[in-house]
Amino acid sequence: MTYVAPVKEIAFVLNQVVGLADIAELEGFEEATADLVEAILDESAKFTGEILAPLNSVGDQQGSQWKEGKVTTPDGWQEAYRQFIENGWGSLSFPPEFGGQGLPMCVSAAVQEMWHSANMSFGLCPLLTQGAVDAIDHHASDELKQRYLPKMVEGIWSGTMNLTEPQAGSDLAAVRTRAEPAGDHYLITGQKIYITYGEHDLTENIIHMVLARLPDAPAGVKGISLFIVPKFLVNEDGSPGERNDVHCVSIEHKLGIHASPTCVMSYGDNGGAIGYLVGKEHHGLAYMFTMMNQARHAVGVEGYGIAERAYQKAVGYARDRKQGNTLLGKDEDDQSIINHPDVRRILMSMRSTIEAMRGLGLACAAAFDVARRHPDSNVRERMQRRGELLTPLVKGWSTEMGVELCSLGVQVHGGMGYIEETGAAQMLRDARITTIYEGTTAIQANDLIGRKTARDGGRGMAELIADMRSTLAEIATLDDSHVKAILPRMESAIDAAESANTWLLSQNDATLPAAISVEFLMMHGRLAGGWMMARAALAAARLKQSAEADQAFLDARIILARYYAERTLPLVESSSTIILNSAGITIALDSAQL
Amino acid sequence: MKIIVGVKRVLDYNVKARVKADKSGIELANVKMSMNPFDEIAVEEALRIKEAGNADEVIAVSIGPVQSQETIRTALAMGADRGILIETNELLEPLAIAKLLKHLVDREQPGLVLLGKQAIDDDANQTGQMLSALSGMSQATFASRVEFDGDQLKVTREVDSGLESIKVTMPAIITTDLRLNEPRYAKLPNIMKAKKKPLEIIPVADTGVDVSSGLSVVEVNEPPRRAAGIIVKNVAELVDKLRNEAKVI
Repeated sequence: MTYVAPVKEIAFVLNQVVGLADIAELEGFEEATADLVEAILDESAKFTGEILAPLNSVGDQQGSQWKEGKVTTPDGWQEAYRQFIENGWGSLSFPPEFGGQGLPMCVSAAVQEMWHSANMSFGLCPLLTQGAVDAIDHHASDELKQRYLPKMVEGIWSGTMNLTEPQAGSDLAAVRTRAEPAGDHYLITGQKIYITYGEHDLTENIIHMVLARLPDAPAGVKGISLFIVPKFLVNEDGSPGERNDVHCVSIEHKLGIHASPTCVMSYGDNGGAIGYLVGKEHHGLAYMFTMMNQARHAVGVEGYGIAERAYQKAVGYARDRKQGNTLLGKDEDDQSIINHPDVRRILMSMRSTIEAMRGLGLACAAAFDVARRHPDSNVRERMQRRGELLTPLVKGWSTEMGVELCSLGVQVHGGMGYIEETGAAQMLRDARITTIYEGTTAIQANDLIGRKTARDGGRGMAELIADMRSTLAEIATLDDSHVKAILPRMESAIDAAESANTWLLSQNDATLPAAISVEFLMMHGRLAGGWMMARAALAAARLKQSAEADQAFLDARIILARYYAERTLPLVESSSTIILNSAGITIALDSAQL
Repeated sequence: MKIIVGVKRVLDYNVKARVKADKSGIELANVKMSMNPFDEIAVEEALRIKEAGNADEVIAVSIGPVQSQETIRTALAMGADRGILIETNELLEPLAIAKLLKHLVDREQPGLVLLGKQAIDDDANQTGQMLSALSGMSQATFASRVEFDGDQLKVTREVDSGLESIKVTMPAIITTDLRLNEPRYAKLPNIMKAKKKPLEIIPVADTGVDVSSGLSVVEVNEPPRRAAGIIVKNVAELVDKLRNEAKVI
């Protein structure tokens, strides 16, 4: 079975949970009405299901191939990419002045989920272009914008992020790539690794965003500048001209995402690659964070996108496969393994967690949309804080859970899941990178406890919890026992999380918090996911009042929210216990004893 | 020259049809509805004819409930210029649909009417032929290829014995078969533009057309479940069963 995008579920979250209608009221987003967004989701579902999804296993089996500096993508990819850009999917949220459609980030995130469910290796190419476009749009000169953005927005050129070097992974202060001033440009020399789509045959030019140091740069992160280094230099008329001195010297052999070329890039083997400074000297890292926040959110979307594909595969297999006498089957024709209660547990866990993650991913995107366009500066600031607070949760929690759910997807298949032919294993292998790139889970957790919680004295957290409590107050007024059963679970979870927040904010030294940071992130991810499920259940309970409403669909939202409350929210309490008690013992053993 | 292209809103081809509990019809509440796939082919052909310079305007027409606007918008997103919905909440039969289309043909005077050869819900395969009889326009059904030749069209038809080539004089009605073309995906900018294209809604009563039905549906039932297969011992037994049990030879 292939992939059928959950359009109805996605539209429900957009319309009923994160408030698309309010976003469509904001200046610049007037186009994003419910009917238009549904038409976009429908067409995207068609495209991703019919064009991208069938290429997923081809991509896995063939992989991208490197030969003498050139990278060839798998069969069918060039044609699929041509259609992808021709149909305008790459330019969804890009600024209209450069040819984009200017749609809200929450709509773009909804569409991108489908790319990654259908074919994550493919989706990475436009994902990286998006990050590069954002960095250029926010920080580069008008001249550079005019030269690069229109073709990148159209997708005729792709973009990359060149940060990592062998000695500079999570620690970018160690970047060594050099940039020498040479008139109106710079000459770049050095080596970058792990460059996703650093070289490929899908576009006529590739625009590398490269972190490098100027000769007079101060040491550490304050001495890094950001450069645009095109694969082909751009002629006066905008066409690609002379080949620049940047080359892909090899690609990595990886656990997953075989079709996405992970490149070793060499700059300046023949004197120096021509690069153009973005913004001001030595500000590169701050600019790169523009790309990274966007990219981190996008990787979180990958996390639940790929879990959705694994879920669809698992549920399809569970309906087909007959094994043993089931406890839930109605008659002898109804003995598929989906009728074993434990298989139901796995499928319910997958489904409810995916819906919680999707809710959080779209709520985070919607917060950024409001932060960008709301007329009231207080609301803008508050929602910016909200979006930034939720970003590490979307990235860290959704990818960790994505891996876990893809593993559960394999489990549903039993022995067949371990056989590559079935395709369930590919999801697990592909998902595994998502907790690593764009900042590992630990990096997200540091961001959460440091920049997003401790730095503002817990203000953003307090606002978030206040909003959760007001959802609970609304639920308390309902006359629906299933939905109300969520209340005690959410209340205990919030109390437990607040204890952990208080402990964290009382710490003066970073060492103990760092030992529990990932637990802290997972705890808040689960809690925020529970809040999204509660909001979905609240909306469903209200919509159910109408006789024309799709009762079965709404009941399912409520049951899934209830399941999540009973099975996942108690883990928030155990996380809190772990946070309050385990930091010291985590680092008690001397490193030599490990 | 104008082209009218018919687009019907039907149960999505991916959805498993279920009979309503009271057996009065198929359950259509809260299920995914889409454009009839044969009509997508008709829209695609109309757009290709326009893009080749052989037509000036493509008008997408639907007859059905207010939600059929979505189906028309899909055609507009693919590239049709404007839409007309004749709004009715009744399930109309092919003859009534043909009469309503005739009403629009009289008003718009198209050179071509492109229709799917049938809709995947009722599989009636009648509307195009009836419209031809009512309007006096030429008809070319089950088209798998359409070529322009002066004021005539050369149409390749898929018939039981193979392919048949005919020439028809315009104005003409073409009903489309599966292999005529592969419909395009709507481009994102065009989906957004489709919202702003004109879409006229005409209540069925305003057309003055008699849409009363001569048929009534007694009951709708699921097809009987297929019985389990058996393995026969030899050819003789197979022939015997085909002759005496299945009674097919």
